[in-house]
Amino acid sequence: MSILVDKNTRVIVQGITGRDGAFHAKAMKEYGTNVVGGVTPGKGGQMVAGLPVFDSVEEAVKKTGANASIIFVPASFATDAMYECIASDLDLVVCISEGVPTMDMVKVLDYARGRKTRVLGPNCPGVISPGKAKVGIMPAASFKPGCVGVVSRSGTLTYEVASQTGEFGQSTVVGIGGDPVIGTNFIDCLERFNADPETKAIVVVGEIGGTDEERAAEWVKANCRKPVLGFIAGQTAPPGKRMGHAGAIISGGSGTAPEKTKAFEAAGITVVHEPDEIGPKLKSRL
Amino acid sequence: MKIHEYQAKEIFAAFGIPVPRERVATNPAEAAMLAPELGMPVVIKAQVLVGGRGKAGGVKKVVSADQVEAVASSIIGMDIKGLRVNKVLVSECVDIKGEAYVGIIIDRATRAPVLMASAAGGVEIEEVAKATPEKILKVGIDPAAGLLSFQARNIGMALYGDAKLAREFAGIAQKLYRIFVQKDCSLIEINPLVKLGSGSLLALDAKINFDDNADFRHKEWEEIRDLSAEEPTEVEAKAAGLTYIKLAGNVGCVVNGAGLAMATMDLIKRYGGEPANFLDVGGSSSPEKMVTAMRIILSDPNVKAILINIFGGITRCDDIATGLLAAQKQADIRVPLVARLTGTNADKAREILKGSVVTSADSMSDAVKRAVALARSNVEGRMSNVGGAK
Repeated sequence: MSILVDKNTRVIVQGITGRDGAFHAKAMKEYGTNVVGGVTPGKGGQMVAGLPVFDSVEEAVKKTGANASIIFVPASFATDAMYECIASDLDLVVCISEGVPTMDMVKVLDYARGRKTRVLGPNCPGVISPGKAKVGIMPAASFKPGCVGVVSRSGTLTYEVASQTGEFGQSTVVGIGGDPVIGTNFIDCLERFNADPETKAIVVVGEIGGTDEERAAEWVKANCRKPVLGFIAGQTAPPGKRMGHAGAIISGGSGTAPEKTKAFEAAGITVVHEPDEIGPKLKSRL
Repeated sequence: MKIHEYQAKEIFAAFGIPVPRERVATNPAEAAMLAPELGMPVVIKAQVLVGGRGKAGGVKKVVSADQVEAVASSIIGMDIKGLRVNKVLVSECVDIKGEAYVGIIIDRATRAPVLMASAAGGVEIEEVAKATPEKILKVGIDPAAGLLSFQARNIGMALYGDAKLAREFAGIAQKLYRIFVQKDCSLIEINPLVKLGSGSLLALDAKINFDDNADFRHKEWEEIRDLSAEEPTEVEAKAAGLTYIKLAGNVGCVVNGAGLAMATMDLIKRYGGEPANFLDVGGSSSPEKMVTAMRIILSDPNVKAILINIFGGITRCDDIATGLLAAQKQADIRVPLVARLTGTNADKAREILKGSVVTSADSMSDAVKRAVALARSNVEGRMSNVGGAK
């Protein structure tokens, strides 16, 4: 088992006729992901990377039985692309696009409330269940099948952390994205990892800004039966500055790294201070 | 993106939120000319994109018209938290009977906008939130329905205990929300919202931050952006597709990805160094970006060593290596370089860097340790040179 995606996930690529969409459609297919088609309005009928292109998600779902989508369209079109997936009752939509206005995300997630679709992202690297499926942009070589679940607000730091799980490998690695308002948060992933028999330990990679880490810590303390390791990036970040990610900002003195580290420690989460410590600390807790 | 008080008030006025009679001036003579038509006394307020201007002496009441020029000239050109004051707002004095706070932000936890208000206006709301959180009234806003009249009225009633003022407050709050949505704000604030002697409400101050992600549909932002409030190197970096933030240390760093960049800075500190910057080269790699990144970092004279930490995904390590060599050719790099390149095309990168002066490292921790040590010996080396010259 794994979480969110596996061998049975049937994926369409929105924006498949663009440079990034085409590149990653091919890369995901080569990884073994069950990519069944692509969508670009007005370009239906074409083929890209050996995959049929459709004009709408609705049509793609009808013809391919797709149940998940990954979005590579510019931020100004990403909102509409997400609505389309939610309206078509997909199980999962992964929004890679960076730069979606926060209020647009508020509205998309409001629309998704009570419907079937889970939104992952935006501004995220996607999700990979090593050896099964990759619905994202991560370099496949950094991941291998195993028993550690990883959930992170970052991209490349996630690759670094995953590669440090060493011989344990990963069940699923989820990049939830660096924006202030995102579809899937730490707790959504922790719940699934906790219930997934294949996952034996969990690594949570947080960063400054917001209170998602604090809420995750409370959840872990109350519910989690598996060992959890935590890492917080941004100990040296100055207040009031946006550290690359739109959501990585210490505002009004809150959202700092020490606050989050303290919350982790109070919840019994093993705090690691550098990626190199992850392997040894996993060993001590597994 | 932050805008000035006078710019925010122009938006307020356009949406029908009452503001004082006031005019903006760029020099003391202009301020002196504007004051009489507003009627003495006036308040002169520094226009600067940072909080705490009152404490810094950037807001002054002037009673007599012949003092306006002198006071304005003491404020224009003033340095407030590292920012120069270039403009002042000359504002009528109003008869204040009470001060409240009202603002709208997006609450990350509930993923919805929230209206916040407090009867403790005029002070930093963050301080109120920390010391006495119970004094802040909050109401969540349904993104589909918007801020409803009864919600805003109830907050107004809690603030003023008066039905007429509650209605007036609700009108202002709903206009604020309209601005928040239409102008893509990440924050909108009136602090203080004052109750006048006449019994009506007025926005004495105004603060608006825009959501940078929405800039593609707000071409007008380019015209009102005040670049003087931004670090020139940070602006240059942004134009090149990089995110750079200058810090006070001496170990420069070039990293791909914001999370990894923060983690690299943290590790520099952990091993006894101080990061000179945050720099994310972004997703798509090109040697040109790397050249710009190196130039920006080297423009900081404090930098004594540079650490390049790349986990290649979309970013290709060979592009980084090629860019690094090109940067070396274009500029005399006077500090030691440590590179840790792993992931996509790392082997090619190693080949490219073979025989160059770049120190290679295998792991992130190893790379950081080396860079910190090199920065330290570079500083000590120079100090001993100075000693030798005596």
